[in-house]
Amino acid sequence: MKRYLPLFTTFAFIALLLLGICFGEVHAVWSKAVTVCLSCMGIG
Amino acid sequence: MERMRRKSQYLFTLLANAYWLFPWKSPIYQGPVKKICFPGLNCHSCPAATMSCPLGALQNLLAALRPGIQMGQLHIGAYVLGSLGLIGSVAGRMPCGWICPFGLLQEWLFLLPVPKISFWRPLKRGPHLFLIVFVVLLPLLVADLSGYGSIWFCKYVCPAGTLEAGIPLLSLDQDLRSAAGRLFAFKLLILILLLTWCVFTSRAFCRAICPLGAVYGLFNRLSWLRLRFHPDRCVQCRACLTVCPTGVSFYNGLDDINSGSCIRCLRCLSICPANAVSLQFSPIRRDISNAPVTDGN
Repeated sequence: MKRYLPLFTTFAFIALLLLGICFGEVHAVWSKAVTVCLSCMGIG
Repeated sequence: MERMRRKSQYLFTLLANAYWLFPWKSPIYQGPVKKICFPGLNCHSCPAATMSCPLGALQNLLAALRPGIQMGQLHIGAYVLGSLGLIGSVAGRMPCGWICPFGLLQEWLFLLPVPKISFWRPLKRGPHLFLIVFVVLLPLLVADLSGYGSIWFCKYVCPAGTLEAGIPLLSLDQDLRSAAGRLFAFKLLILILLLTWCVFTSRAFCRAICPLGAVYGLFNRLSWLRLRFHPDRCVQCRACLTVCPTGVSFYNGLDDINSGSCIRCLRCLSICPANAVSLQFSPIRRDISNAPVTDGN
Protein backbone atom coordinates (compact mmCIF):
# COMPACT_ATOMS: atom_id res chain seq x y z
CA MET A 1 0.00 0.00 0.00
CA LYS A 2 2.89 2.36 0.78
CA ARG A 3 3.82 2.34 -2.89
CA TYR A 4 0.54 4.00 -3.79
CA LEU A 5 0.76 6.70 -1.10
CA PRO A 6 1.62 9.50 -3.61
CA LEU A 7 -1.43 8.61 -5.70
CA PHE A 8 -3.76 8.42 -2.68
CA THR A 9 -2.43 11.74 -1.38
CA THR A 10 -3.17 13.44 -4.70
CA PHE A 11 -6.70 12.03 -4.80
CA ALA A 12 -7.29 13.08 -1.18
CA PHE A 13 -6.31 16.67 -1.94
CA ILE A 14 -8.35 16.75 -5.13
CA ALA A 15 -11.32 15.68 -2.98
CA LEU A 16 -10.50 18.44 -0.47
CA LEU A 17 -10.26 20.98 -3.29
CA LEU A 18 -13.65 19.93 -4.66
CA LEU A 19 -15.13 20.07 -1.16
CA GLY A 20 -13.90 23.64 -0.83
CA ILE A 21 -15.39 24.55 -4.21
CA CYS A 22 -18.75 22.97 -3.25
CA PHE A 23 -18.86 24.89 0.04
CA GLY A 24 -18.34 28.23 -1.69
CA GLU A 25 -14.78 28.86 -0.52
CA VAL A 26 -13.70 30.07 -3.97
CA HIS A 27 -15.92 33.13 -3.63
CA ALA A 28 -14.70 33.71 -0.06
CA VAL A 29 -11.07 33.63 -1.27
CA TRP A 30 -11.84 35.91 -4.22
CA SER A 31 -13.79 38.45 -2.15
CA LYS A 32 -10.81 38.90 0.19
CA ALA A 33 -8.24 38.97 -2.62
CA VAL A 34 -9.97 41.76 -4.59
CA THR A 35 -9.99 44.26 -1.73
CA VAL A 36 -6.86 46.14 -0.69
CA CYS A 37 -5.57 44.34 2.40
CA LEU A 38 -4.41 47.04 4.81
CA SER A 39 -2.99 44.44 7.20
CA CYS A 40 -0.77 43.00 4.45
CA MET A 41 0.60 46.49 3.85
CA GLY A 42 1.25 47.13 7.52
CA ILE A 43 -1.47 49.72 8.05
CA GLY A 44 -4.57 47.95 9.40
CA MET B 1 18.59 23.21 -16.66
CA GLU B 2 19.49 26.31 -14.62
CA ARG B 3 18.66 28.56 -17.57
CA MET B 4 15.30 26.85 -17.98
CA ARG B 5 14.58 27.28 -14.26
CA ARG B 6 15.43 30.97 -14.42
CA LYS B 7 13.11 31.42 -17.42
CA SER B 8 10.34 29.65 -15.51
CA GLN B 9 10.87 31.96 -12.52
CA TYR B 10 10.64 35.06 -14.77
CA LEU B 11 7.58 33.72 -16.59
CA PHE B 12 5.62 32.92 -13.43
CA THR B 13 6.63 36.19 -11.78
CA LEU B 14 5.22 38.01 -14.82
CA LEU B 15 2.07 35.86 -14.91
CA ALA B 16 1.43 36.43 -11.20
CA ASN B 17 1.89 40.18 -11.67
CA ALA B 18 0.41 40.82 -15.10
CA TYR B 19 -2.14 43.54 -14.25
CA TRP B 20 -0.44 46.76 -15.33
CA LEU B 21 -3.61 48.90 -15.62
CA PHE B 22 -3.62 49.76 -11.92
CA PRO B 23 -2.49 53.39 -12.32
CA TRP B 24 -5.53 54.09 -14.55
CA LYS B 25 -8.21 51.63 -13.43
CA SER B 26 -8.85 50.04 -9.99
CA PRO B 27 -5.85 50.02 -7.62
CA ILE B 28 -5.77 46.20 -7.66
CA TYR B 29 -6.97 43.52 -10.11
CA GLN B 30 -10.51 42.33 -9.35
CA GLY B 31 -11.12 39.82 -12.14
CA PRO B 32 -12.02 36.12 -11.99
CA VAL B 33 -8.42 34.85 -12.16
CA LYS B 34 -8.04 35.96 -8.54
CA LYS B 35 -10.12 32.96 -7.55
CA ILE B 36 -7.01 30.87 -8.25
CA CYS B 37 -4.35 30.51 -5.56
CA PHE B 38 -0.89 31.26 -6.95
CA PRO B 39 1.54 28.48 -5.97
CA GLY B 40 4.26 30.89 -4.80
CA LEU B 41 4.52 33.73 -2.29
CA ASN B 42 3.00 36.74 -4.07
CA CYS B 43 0.82 39.19 -2.14
CA HIS B 44 -2.68 39.53 -3.66
CA SER B 45 -2.77 43.16 -2.59
CA CYS B 46 0.11 43.92 -4.92
CA PRO B 47 -1.39 46.34 -7.51
CA ALA B 48 -0.25 44.08 -10.36
CA ALA B 49 -1.17 40.71 -8.77
CA THR B 50 -3.51 38.55 -10.86
CA MET B 51 -3.97 35.64 -8.45
CA SER B 52 -4.59 35.25 -4.73
CA CYS B 53 -1.94 34.40 -2.16
CA PRO B 54 -2.62 30.98 -0.60
CA LEU B 55 -1.21 32.03 2.78
CA GLY B 56 -3.29 35.21 2.89
CA ALA B 57 -6.38 33.34 1.72
CA LEU B 58 -5.96 30.58 4.32
CA GLN B 59 -5.46 33.08 7.14
CA ASN B 60 -8.50 35.07 6.03
CA LEU B 61 -10.67 31.94 6.04
CA LEU B 62 -9.39 30.82 9.45
CA ALA B 63 -9.77 34.32 10.91
CA ALA B 64 -13.42 34.38 9.80
CA LEU B 65 -14.11 30.83 11.03
CA ARG B 66 -16.33 31.89 13.91
CA PRO B 67 -19.39 29.63 14.18
CA GLY B 68 -20.58 31.53 17.26
CA ILE B 69 -20.91 34.84 15.44
CA GLN B 70 -23.93 35.54 13.24
CA MET B 71 -21.80 36.75 10.31
CA GLY B 72 -19.04 34.21 10.97
CA GLN B 73 -18.24 31.80 8.13
CA LEU B 74 -17.76 28.06 8.22
CA HIS B 75 -15.03 27.86 5.62
CA ILE B 76 -12.24 25.62 6.91
CA GLY B 77 -9.79 26.44 4.11
CA ALA B 78 -10.45 23.23 2.14
CA TYR B 79 -10.08 25.01 -1.21
CA VAL B 80 -6.72 26.52 -0.32
CA LEU B 81 -5.40 23.38 1.39
CA GLY B 82 -6.65 21.28 -1.53
CA SER B 83 -4.86 23.54 -4.03
CA LEU B 84 -1.61 23.46 -2.05
CA GLY B 85 -1.87 19.72 -1.39
CA LEU B 86 -2.55 18.94 -5.05
CA ILE B 87 0.53 20.86 -6.19
CA GLY B 88 2.63 19.56 -3.29
CA SER B 89 1.63 15.93 -3.79
CA VAL B 90 2.70 16.08 -7.44
CA ALA B 91 5.79 18.32 -7.35
CA GLY B 92 6.73 18.64 -3.67
CA ARG B 93 8.54 21.91 -3.01
CA MET B 94 9.31 22.52 -6.68
CA PRO B 95 7.22 25.77 -6.85
CA CYS B 96 9.72 27.33 -4.41
CA GLY B 97 12.56 26.76 -6.85
CA TRP B 98 10.78 27.28 -10.16
CA ILE B 99 7.82 29.61 -9.61
CA CYS B 100 8.05 31.74 -6.46
CA PRO B 101 8.76 35.45 -7.19
CA PHE B 102 10.11 35.99 -3.69
CA GLY B 103 12.50 33.09 -4.21
CA LEU B 104 13.72 34.74 -7.41
CA LEU B 105 14.32 38.00 -5.55
CA GLN B 106 16.37 36.16 -2.92
CA GLU B 107 18.47 34.51 -5.61
CA TRP B 108 19.16 37.90 -7.21
CA LEU B 109 20.23 39.34 -3.86
CA PHE B 110 22.53 36.39 -3.19
CA LEU B 111 24.34 37.11 -6.47
CA LEU B 112 25.73 40.33 -4.99
CA PRO B 113 29.49 39.90 -4.54
CA VAL B 114 29.88 40.08 -0.76
CA PRO B 115 31.31 37.54 1.73
CA LYS B 116 28.72 34.82 2.39
CA ILE B 117 27.49 33.49 5.75
CA SER B 118 26.35 29.90 6.14
CA PHE B 119 22.88 29.16 7.49
CA TRP B 120 22.53 28.23 11.16
CA ARG B 121 20.88 24.81 10.91
CA PRO B 122 18.68 24.98 14.07
CA LEU B 123 16.72 27.75 12.32
CA LYS B 124 15.43 25.27 9.74
CA ARG B 125 12.50 24.47 12.07
CA GLY B 126 11.42 28.13 11.73
CA PRO B 127 9.04 27.70 8.75
CA HIS B 128 7.04 25.02 10.58
CA LEU B 129 6.82 27.27 13.63
CA PHE B 130 5.59 30.23 11.56
CA LEU B 131 3.10 27.97 9.78
CA ILE B 132 1.60 26.51 12.95
CA VAL B 133 1.66 29.65 15.10
CA PHE B 134 1.21 32.62 12.73
CA VAL B 135 -0.80 31.07 9.89
CA VAL B 136 -3.02 28.59 11.73
CA LEU B 137 -3.24 28.99 15.53
CA LEU B 138 -3.24 32.76 16.02
CA PRO B 139 -5.80 33.57 13.27
CA LEU B 140 -7.96 30.72 14.51
CA LEU B 141 -7.79 31.26 18.26
CA VAL B 142 -7.18 34.97 18.92
CA ALA B 143 -10.13 37.26 18.28
CA ASP B 144 -10.21 41.06 18.27
CA LEU B 145 -12.98 43.27 19.70
CA SER B 146 -15.24 42.49 16.73
CA GLY B 147 -14.98 38.78 17.52
CA TYR B 148 -12.98 37.90 14.40
CA GLY B 149 -9.40 36.76 14.13
CA SER B 150 -6.57 38.56 12.39
CA ILE B 151 -4.17 37.57 9.63
CA TRP B 152 -1.11 37.46 11.85
CA PHE B 153 1.56 36.38 9.37
CA CYS B 154 0.54 38.98 6.76
CA LYS B 155 0.13 41.70 9.35
CA TYR B 156 3.29 41.27 11.40
CA VAL B 157 5.79 39.29 9.33
CA CYS B 158 5.23 38.88 5.59
CA PRO B 159 7.97 40.79 3.73
CA ALA B 160 6.26 40.09 0.38
CA GLY B 161 3.23 42.08 1.52
CA THR B 162 5.36 45.06 2.52
CA LEU B 163 7.40 44.94 -0.67
CA GLU B 164 4.69 44.16 -3.22
CA ALA B 165 1.63 45.82 -1.64
CA GLY B 166 2.73 48.28 1.03
CA ILE B 167 5.44 50.21 -0.80
CA PRO B 168 3.67 50.49 -4.21
CA LEU B 169 0.22 51.34 -2.82
CA LEU B 170 1.60 53.86 -0.35
CA SER B 171 3.59 55.46 -3.16
CA LEU B 172 0.43 55.79 -5.26
CA ASP B 173 -2.05 56.91 -2.59
CA GLN B 174 -1.62 59.99 -0.40
CA ASP B 175 -4.38 58.92 2.05
CA LEU B 176 -2.76 55.54 2.65
CA ARG B 177 0.59 57.23 3.14
CA SER B 178 -0.80 59.42 5.87
CA ALA B 179 -2.34 56.33 7.57
CA ALA B 180 0.99 54.49 7.76
CA GLY B 181 2.32 54.36 11.30
CA ARG B 182 4.45 52.25 13.60
CA LEU B 183 3.22 48.93 12.20
CA PHE B 184 4.33 49.87 8.70
CA ALA B 185 7.70 51.03 10.07
CA PHE B 186 8.04 47.68 11.90
CA LYS B 187 7.21 45.71 8.75
CA LEU B 188 9.57 47.83 6.71
CA LEU B 189 12.33 47.07 9.23
CA ILE B 190 11.60 43.33 8.94
CA LEU B 191 11.73 43.60 5.15
CA ILE B 192 15.07 45.43 5.18
CA LEU B 193 16.60 43.00 7.70
CA LEU B 194 15.40 39.96 5.74
CA LEU B 195 16.57 41.26 2.38
CA THR B 196 19.96 42.12 3.91
CA TRP B 197 20.19 38.60 5.35
CA CYS B 198 19.40 37.18 1.90
CA VAL B 199 22.41 39.02 0.46
CA PHE B 200 24.68 37.07 2.82
CA THR B 201 22.83 33.77 3.21
CA SER B 202 21.30 31.80 0.36
CA ARG B 203 17.47 31.66 0.47
CA ALA B 204 17.46 32.80 4.11
CA PHE B 205 13.72 33.62 4.14
CA CYS B 206 12.76 30.26 2.60
CA ARG B 207 14.91 28.36 5.08
CA ALA B 208 14.05 30.22 8.29
CA ILE B 209 10.56 31.66 7.86
CA CYS B 210 8.45 30.81 4.79
CA PRO B 211 5.29 28.90 5.90
CA LEU B 212 4.36 28.18 2.27
CA GLY B 213 7.65 26.33 1.78
CA ALA B 214 6.93 24.43 5.00
CA VAL B 215 3.61 23.22 3.54
CA TYR B 216 5.18 22.06 0.27
CA GLY B 217 8.14 20.56 2.17
CA LEU B 218 5.78 18.15 3.93
CA PHE B 219 5.15 16.51 0.55
CA ASN B 220 8.75 16.18 -0.63
CA ARG B 221 9.10 12.54 0.44
CA LEU B 222 5.83 11.34 -1.05
CA SER B 223 5.34 13.52 -4.11
CA TRP B 224 5.24 12.09 -7.62
CA LEU B 225 8.44 13.96 -8.41
CA ARG B 226 11.29 12.67 -6.29
CA LEU B 227 15.05 12.75 -6.37
CA ARG B 228 17.08 9.58 -5.87
CA PHE B 229 20.61 9.41 -4.54
CA HIS B 230 22.85 6.52 -5.58
CA PRO B 231 25.59 6.35 -2.89
CA ASP B 232 27.48 3.66 -4.82
CA ARG B 233 28.18 6.17 -7.61
CA CYS B 234 29.02 9.13 -5.34
CA VAL B 235 32.65 10.31 -5.47
CA GLN B 236 32.25 12.62 -2.42
CA CYS B 237 33.23 15.71 -4.42
CA ARG B 238 30.65 17.86 -2.51
CA ALA B 239 29.62 19.60 -5.75
CA CYS B 240 25.93 19.00 -4.87
CA LEU B 241 26.30 20.73 -1.50
CA THR B 242 28.25 23.62 -3.02
CA VAL B 243 25.48 24.47 -5.50
CA CYS B 244 22.49 23.66 -3.24
CA PRO B 245 20.69 26.93 -2.37
CA THR B 246 19.22 25.44 0.81
CA GLY B 247 22.27 23.46 1.93
CA VAL B 248 20.80 19.97 1.77
CA SER B 249 23.72 17.70 2.64
CA PHE B 250 22.65 14.30 1.37
CA TYR B 251 25.97 13.07 -0.02
CA ASN B 252 27.23 12.32 3.52
CA GLY B 253 23.90 11.11 4.90
CA LEU B 254 23.29 14.21 7.04
CA ASP B 255 20.01 14.95 5.21
CA ASP B 256 17.60 12.94 3.11
CA ILE B 257 17.79 13.92 -0.57
CA ASN B 258 14.01 14.49 -0.42
CA SER B 259 14.18 16.45 2.82
CA GLY B 260 11.61 19.20 3.34
CA SER B 261 14.34 21.79 2.81
CA CYS B 262 14.94 20.78 -0.82
CA ILE B 263 13.35 23.31 -3.22
CA ARG B 264 13.82 20.98 -6.23
CA CYS B 265 15.97 23.45 -8.18
CA LEU B 266 17.69 20.35 -9.62
CA ARG B 267 21.13 21.96 -9.54
CA CYS B 268 22.54 18.83 -7.84
CA LEU B 269 21.19 16.72 -10.70
CA SER B 270 22.90 18.91 -13.29
CA ILE B 271 26.25 19.29 -11.54
CA CYS B 272 26.93 15.76 -10.29
CA PRO B 273 29.90 14.42 -12.31
CA ALA B 274 29.13 10.82 -11.37
CA ASN B 275 25.38 10.80 -12.09
CA ALA B 276 24.74 9.90 -8.46
CA VAL B 277 21.48 11.86 -8.48
CA SER B 278 18.50 10.93 -10.60
CA LEU B 279 14.95 12.18 -11.00
CA GLN B 280 11.84 10.06 -10.71
CA PHE B 281 8.32 11.10 -11.67
CA SER B 282 5.73 8.52 -10.84
CA PRO B 283 2.52 8.32 -8.79
CA ILE B 284 3.74 4.94 -7.57
CA ARG B 285 6.86 4.62 -5.46
CA ARG B 286 9.19 2.24 -7.23
CA ASP B 287 11.85 2.47 -4.50
CA ILE B 288 9.61 0.46 -2.13
CA SER B 289 9.50 -3.24 -2.81
CA ASN B 290 6.13 -4.90 -3.21
CA ALA B 291 7.54 -8.30 -2.28
CA PRO B 292 6.58 -9.78 1.11
CA VAL B 293 9.19 -9.25 3.82
CA THR B 294 11.08 -12.41 4.81
CA ASP B 295 13.62 -12.95 7.54
CA GLY B 296 15.95 -14.80 5.19
CA ASN B 297 15.65 -18.24 6.86
